[in-house]
Amino acid sequence: MVVSEDVRKIAKLADVGVDDREIEEFTSQCSEILTYFEMLDTLPQGATIDRGLVNIFREDEITESLSQEEALRNAAEKEDGFFKAPRVM
Amino acid sequence: MAKTLTFTPDDKVHAFITTIPEVSYEDGPLSGVTVAIKDNISTRGIETTCASQILKGYIPPYDAHVVTLLKSAGAAIVGKTNMDEFGMGTTTENSSFGPTLNPCDPGRVPGGSSGGSAAAVAAGYCDMALGSDTGGSIRCPAAFCGIVGLKPTYGRVSRYGLIAYANSLEQIGPMAKDVTGVSRLFSVIAGHDKRDSTSVDRPYIHTPNPSVKGLRIGLPEEFFGKGVDPKVADTVKKAVSVLEQAGAEAVPCSMPSMSHALAAYYVICTSEASSNLARFDGIRYGPGGDLRKSWHEEFSDRRQERFGKEVRRRIILGTFSLAAGYFGRYYQKAQTARQMVRDDFARLFGEVDMIAGPTMPSIAFKLREKSDPLQMYLSDILTVPANLAGVPAISVPCGQVEGMPVGLQLIGRHFEDEKVIDTAFAYEQGAV
Amino acid sequence: MEHDDVIIGLEIHCQLNTRSKLFCGCSTDFRDDEPNTHTCPVCLGLPGSMPVLNKKVIEFAMRVAKALNCSVLKECDFSRKNYFYPDLNKAYQITQYDRPLAEWGKLMIEGEDGERDIRITRIHVEEDPGRSVHMGTTDRGKYTLIDYNRAGVPLIEIVTEPDLKSPKEARRFLNKLRATLEYLNVFDSEKEGSLRVDANISLKGSGRVEVKNISSYKGVEKALTFEITRQRNVIRRGQVVARETRHFVEARGITTSSRSKEEENDYRYFPEPDLMPMQVSDWVEGIVLPELPDARRERFMQQYGCSLEHARTLTGGLKLAEFYEQVAKADPDLAATWTADYLLGELNYRDFSIDAMPIVHFMELIGLLKADTITDKSGVEILRIILDQVKNGEKPEMPASIVNRLGLAKTGGDEITDMVRAVIAENPQPVADYHAGKGPALNFLVGQVMKKCRGRADPGHLNALLREELGKMQDGA
Repeated sequence: MVVSEDVRKIAKLADVGVDDREIEEFTSQCSEILTYFEMLDTLPQGATIDRGLVNIFREDEITESLSQEEALRNAAEKEDGFFKAPRVM
Repeated sequence: MAKTLTFTPDDKVHAFITTIPEVSYEDGPLSGVTVAIKDNISTRGIETTCASQILKGYIPPYDAHVVTLLKSAGAAIVGKTNMDEFGMGTTTENSSFGPTLNPCDPGRVPGGSSGGSAAAVAAGYCDMALGSDTGGSIRCPAAFCGIVGLKPTYGRVSRYGLIAYANSLEQIGPMAKDVTGVSRLFSVIAGHDKRDSTSVDRPYIHTPNPSVKGLRIGLPEEFFGKGVDPKVADTVKKAVSVLEQAGAEAVPCSMPSMSHALAAYYVICTSEASSNLARFDGIRYGPGGDLRKSWHEEFSDRRQERFGKEVRRRIILGTFSLAAGYFGRYYQKAQTARQMVRDDFARLFGEVDMIAGPTMPSIAFKLREKSDPLQMYLSDILTVPANLAGVPAISVPCGQVEGMPVGLQLIGRHFEDEKVIDTAFAYEQGAV
Repeated sequence: MEHDDVIIGLEIHCQLNTRSKLFCGCSTDFRDDEPNTHTCPVCLGLPGSMPVLNKKVIEFAMRVAKALNCSVLKECDFSRKNYFYPDLNKAYQITQYDRPLAEWGKLMIEGEDGERDIRITRIHVEEDPGRSVHMGTTDRGKYTLIDYNRAGVPLIEIVTEPDLKSPKEARRFLNKLRATLEYLNVFDSEKEGSLRVDANISLKGSGRVEVKNISSYKGVEKALTFEITRQRNVIRRGQVVARETRHFVEARGITTSSRSKEEENDYRYFPEPDLMPMQVSDWVEGIVLPELPDARRERFMQQYGCSLEHARTLTGGLKLAEFYEQVAKADPDLAATWTADYLLGELNYRDFSIDAMPIVHFMELIGLLKADTITDKSGVEILRIILDQVKNGEKPEMPASIVNRLGLAKTGGDEITDMVRAVIAENPQPVADYHAGKGPALNFLVGQVMKKCRGRADPGHLNALLREELGKMQDGA
């Protein structure tokens, strides 16, 4: 059972915008689904899955990189060979 | 020798996001065979969107490994198919480009998430298609559209270039009108790729053989019980009797881990997805944003604007599952449930060679019929166990209910994709 | 500074000097190149790309683990650390979390009260993010430029227990660690940003503060010293030291509180599904470690007769130790004194590394000193001339040629006697002072002769000669 405040907090942690109109809908859906997930909590803790393979490595060899132009081709904003992003603070 | 063909389908069911009007192809085992590719598989020089606005305009600078293999086998790559955004759905209604319709009945969904690939094959627009299957996304639309679709053993097909939704569960797989077509396409895409660390060196060199004599087929009661449309269950049982007539033996059995499988599946896939989908920030690719805003503000707004609701819902669910205070109750316990599913399969495969059941609990839904997310999730209950265990599973058409196709699902041991294909082929031959 | 109550632990990130990146084949040698010219789908985080682990990185990290006496876990794996930052190409960093490569080791340092083991908590492998350059002004709009050349460069993170008692010990630990990594040939300390440190520091009974973003060896001591003073002042004012993360501002030598949301961050670690686990503990046996700093220090004392202090200094860096061993062939004693006491000082003053000193020149200089051709003072002058030439990008002159050009050969005999007599004649007042028993007058006269001969006289010899000549005057009077 989660309340809208929990959903807001998690949405902020996930950096996913949810507007006020949606929050009730998301909360009731997430609440229902998370309640369904809770059946798992009756299980014992601590299985590690056998992944089947171990020690998958490559050798320390240089392969060709993309050109600067190729690297930047899909970027919406660029400047002097750099990608451009909003300020962090 | 390079040849070309033109590809201009009358795409009434909206199977494609992108089509290639003039396709060139080479010699090879699939020379001139038209193949459609799900739009979450990277194609160099061709827009690859995952049916999402967040990747609109993204043109990969590289080919997925399977695309490289297809090109060198001479396949004619004719287009990119519609899907649920990032593979998140069971209907292909969650596409930001609009839903794909089921060629058998345009009032119904084609299934998902590889609905565009299934519809393109079923409508006859192309010979074969690639899909990806995270929790049934190849088998479900194959069943709903009446074609054949294989989810290979985990690791048998390279995922390099497949835009990840839930890495530990998903596989690229072949879809075609019949088992022979699936087998041909699989023989081209299977094999080791050193760029995928989870890839195994098990190429597929096989021609379908319709012999099932002495094959023990387990029918878990959970696949035929509560929540499964009885008419669908009956149709599938009749299909199994076709295999019995061909010499197989049907064995009743049980898979108790099914009770937790769906919850485990959704915890794992949403957890991995919440991490996988965090990289779409519009800096390196995809539509850019407003540089005047601050990073978190812009990022959060952009993701609200350009991800559909189901994607955001799953990101939030996955973030819950991994967050402090929830991790131990959800993510870690889901691993326990996953291991229980694996243990169940291991035990059953000591007793039987193959497990059979319906692919989906019902026939294709009507458009907009499933609006509640949890109800939608519950319809994946029969397909997710194979993904949790990493075992191969195929859906092969086995009759109709209310004029709509029903899929027989066959699940085999790890790396026994050949046997799964043979059994499906035996059914296909025997049912004729 | 009183240090009984200071508790310091370090987290050190070192770039390993493999040829290619941790998870892709892009070259790690990007420092002189244009931004975004060493990237590929993997290290740009393009959709659909997948990581493949560079075996050499694990081999290098295992060498470090063995050298630091760590135990390597039977099975370890990689996890995702999820957070949003523009230079983080995938919005998660692939790192090791609950199953690191190695844990529980130690490294011995010269502590405040003698040699002591500092315990190592763990060593793990992770990828470096890209590089952000913050641009713009508040009024004209701020933004960030990003270069992913560094993204995916292999790092090891070495975490210590809170065993360090002072900023000086922290510096010594880092120097020892750096030397060890150099000896292991897994790390190049010359590369800018190849070592970065986060320090946890607290005063007994007070809140723990994490200082991030320290990117130089000297910075660590500065940041910690600042932080101790700051915390003491907070306590003196009767306030409580807040448990927080602070950033070191190198240019100003201070730490500032970071108001980022970092502290409340929940990284949502989970195992990286695209990488398989590692079982590498049995590699440990096969690793043959080279001679490490402590062993080399012992050898320098045995083989070359170095003092403990000299041996410790000279083994403090791989290139320095190798330099010394070359020069020691000429004369181990002179080589030790001239490398440790004179050369290092001159290099530090110019912010040079040992590479700046051409070894042929230095060996010739040692030869001149050994043959008693020049005085120590001239030796230092020659060192400075050569290093200044290096600094100016000129071809450094050979010491013998400098001696000839400037006439620096040690003088003696008649020439010096003449100068002594001249100085006595020119300075009647100091001479009188000397004879009146004022000792310092002699020093003045020595100085005057030295000035005349530009330091080419042997100081002991000159002293004796002056006394003798002054004595003659008195006898004659």
